[in-house]
Amino acid sequence: MIEFHSVTKQFPDGTLAVDDFSLVLPSRKTTVFVGSSGCGKTTLLRMINRMIDPSSGSIEIDGIDIASGSAVALRRSIGYVMQNSGLLPHRRVIDNVATVPLLKGVNKADAHAQALELLDTVGLDRALAHRYPSQLSGGQQQRVGVARGLAVNPNILLMDEPFGAVDPIVRDDLQQELLRLQRDLDKTVVFVTHDIDEAFLLGDQVVILEKGAQIAQVGTPKEILANPASDFVATFIGADRGKRRLAVDSTIARSGDDVVLVDGAGYVAGVIDAPGGVLPGAGVGGTTNSRARSVSNKTDQAGDA
Amino acid sequence: MNLFLDALNFLFDPANLTGTNSILSRLVDHLAYTGLSMAIALVIGLPLGLLVGHTGRGRNAVVAVSSAARALPTLGLIFLIILYTGLGVGPLIIVLVILAVPPLLAGAYSGLEAVNRQTIDAARAIGMTEWQILLKVEIPLAMPLIFGGIRSATLQVIATATIAGYVGLTGLGRFLIEGLALRDYKLALAGAILVIALALCVDAILALTGRLVVPHGVARGLARSTDKSDAPTPRLHGRVSSAPSNP
Amino acid sequence: MVWLWDNLDLVLGLTADHVRLSIIPIVVGFIVCIPFGWLANRYTAARTVLLTLGGVLFTIPSLALFVMLPAILGTRILDEANVVVALCIYAVAVMVRGAADAFASVSRDVISSSTAVGFSAVSRFWTVEFPLAGPVLLASLRVVSVSTVSLLSVGSLIGVQSLGYLFVNGYQRDFPEEIVIGIGFTVLVAVVFDTVLVLLGRLLMPWTRRAPRRRAVTAIAAEVTA
Repeated sequence: MIEFHSVTKQFPDGTLAVDDFSLVLPSRKTTVFVGSSGCGKTTLLRMINRMIDPSSGSIEIDGIDIASGSAVALRRSIGYVMQNSGLLPHRRVIDNVATVPLLKGVNKADAHAQALELLDTVGLDRALAHRYPSQLSGGQQQRVGVARGLAVNPNILLMDEPFGAVDPIVRDDLQQELLRLQRDLDKTVVFVTHDIDEAFLLGDQVVILEKGAQIAQVGTPKEILANPASDFVATFIGADRGKRRLAVDSTIARSGDDVVLVDGAGYVAGVIDAPGGVLPGAGVGGTTNSRARSVSNKTDQAGDA
Repeated sequence: MNLFLDALNFLFDPANLTGTNSILSRLVDHLAYTGLSMAIALVIGLPLGLLVGHTGRGRNAVVAVSSAARALPTLGLIFLIILYTGLGVGPLIIVLVILAVPPLLAGAYSGLEAVNRQTIDAARAIGMTEWQILLKVEIPLAMPLIFGGIRSATLQVIATATIAGYVGLTGLGRFLIEGLALRDYKLALAGAILVIALALCVDAILALTGRLVVPHGVARGLARSTDKSDAPTPRLHGRVSSAPSNP
Repeated sequence: MVWLWDNLDLVLGLTADHVRLSIIPIVVGFIVCIPFGWLANRYTAARTVLLTLGGVLFTIPSLALFVMLPAILGTRILDEANVVVALCIYAVAVMVRGAADAFASVSRDVISSSTAVGFSAVSRFWTVEFPLAGPVLLASLRVVSVSTVSLLSVGSLIGVQSLGYLFVNGYQRDFPEEIVIGIGFTVLVAVVFDTVLVLLGRLLMPWTRRAPRRRAVTAIAAEVTA
């Protein structure tokens, strides 16, 4: 469990990045900080492993103030994955993954054996182990970054827009991979993104932030979608433009057991299984929900997650 | 072409090869001046350049020193120092060290400066100490430019040591200076050929050494940068050649 | 200082010689580097050949090159041409590498978008690639300018008139003041040249007037990789 207690961060140039932020991040859940650039979400994340120290307030992990120990030891106990993978370009993939265990004094053979297993874990071919990062695609580099983050088997994994720089198809892939990993590994994940769809897809707890890391709303994706706390949140999640509100389009002919759904603007948003043309539940034209199994719209995957 | 033949005759005359004032003894002297002053300059220049590059403090001073060093005419500097300190090996070494330090500083500093900030940030984030970041990340990645600095400093020193002949010291430049003084063009040309051969050989050796000390992924990685950020990464792959101010 | 006033004509005359002789290599280096730099940037083979050749020429100590050139060019040993040609060789060697890097520094997106809007290859080169390569070219040119001014004085060892005369003369007469004045005037010439180049750069490339920190890094990197 990670707890922020009235954390404030003012940078030397006077920018108030985080203003009196308090929140509890539950263990073994994924908490996503989402907001526009400059809202302080990355600052919040970087305070957890003391890449940035708060100006005031405190952060506790499992009840222990992180400021009490050494920053380096703290960082080695927490996995960290960043946008451009941050791999060391002069080391082979396997050594990149094994970096932290090697720093901690694990012998090389063990560290390498474990690194190979981690490549399996993140879905990378072991044949890539002896390549240099520059010889991998962006998506592969990102997977190596995740493997490195998992190398010390940390309880906490910090992810700073890890999928921001890859193309949408690879991003979908990586997101699914992360969901699968999280089911298997059960880490406390803190994830930063500016993409609300990604936040709803991955987050157990989603924190929507305004400037100065002011919390606009905290909740599960479902709670936020169902009851946006303010106009800001409604705009941010796209509810005001009707993007989240799907309806059956009766003008399009039904093909088999599928019913076409459209969003508020009338654009096709996906299809839903409707055996015999009857929707499960009565909610025709209602908000999406977790019972809509095969709706191929991203928004609804959020409901599943 | 006769001039070259005359010069080559001088060079391959067995009488000139060994003994006092021979090609061999002057070559050894030349290398000794170079080696000694480079050793001192490395001890001073590298740690200082790495410190500035790692901390970012004193950046302006390094830029100022390396530009000023380029503007100062070495010939004037060498004569001036020797007028004040007297003739001898010591003053020569001082001059050579003064000339070798700025390229070393600049190489080390700009090498570290060119290392991608995100890589360093990531190294810190996964729990490397500042020392580990310097030794395991920054220095290996900066190696092409650090080594480029060492190479230009060495060539600078070899070239300047040639002038040692003018201030009464030995070294290969002595043949050249004697030739000029005696209006014996054959001798001067032979000296010039020797100095050029020495510079080219040392440069070639340094180039080969450079390939060995630059980590594999760096030469490869910088041609196609690992990340897509638009950080100003100077072109580091390929040959990092010497500084132009070789007197 | 008394010496300076007494010999002002000599010093000014030598300064004029120094300026005259060092301008030539700077201009030659700048002009010659454009086609060669373009070639080196365009063709990998040309790049390898040109930069290797440049690197080798560049490694030659200047005094040795000054002495070597008469045997190659058939000039007299005291001829100014030896020194000027040698300095041109250095200038071109540095500038070709600088120009290759400069052309490589121009964003490919900009080049392809200017092709897309209909520039011909020639007009695209002169109106897009060349100006955008300007800042990196300028950084190399500044290195060439400063080192040419400094190197020229070595020519006085073989009797070519420049401010270097004051070093040799001051050393032979055991008169440090003359050397100091020589150094002072040489640095002054270098600083004036550099200032002129920087001002020309600002005048001709108004879009580069911001971001001073980056320029400092570019300059120093150019210095090391030169």
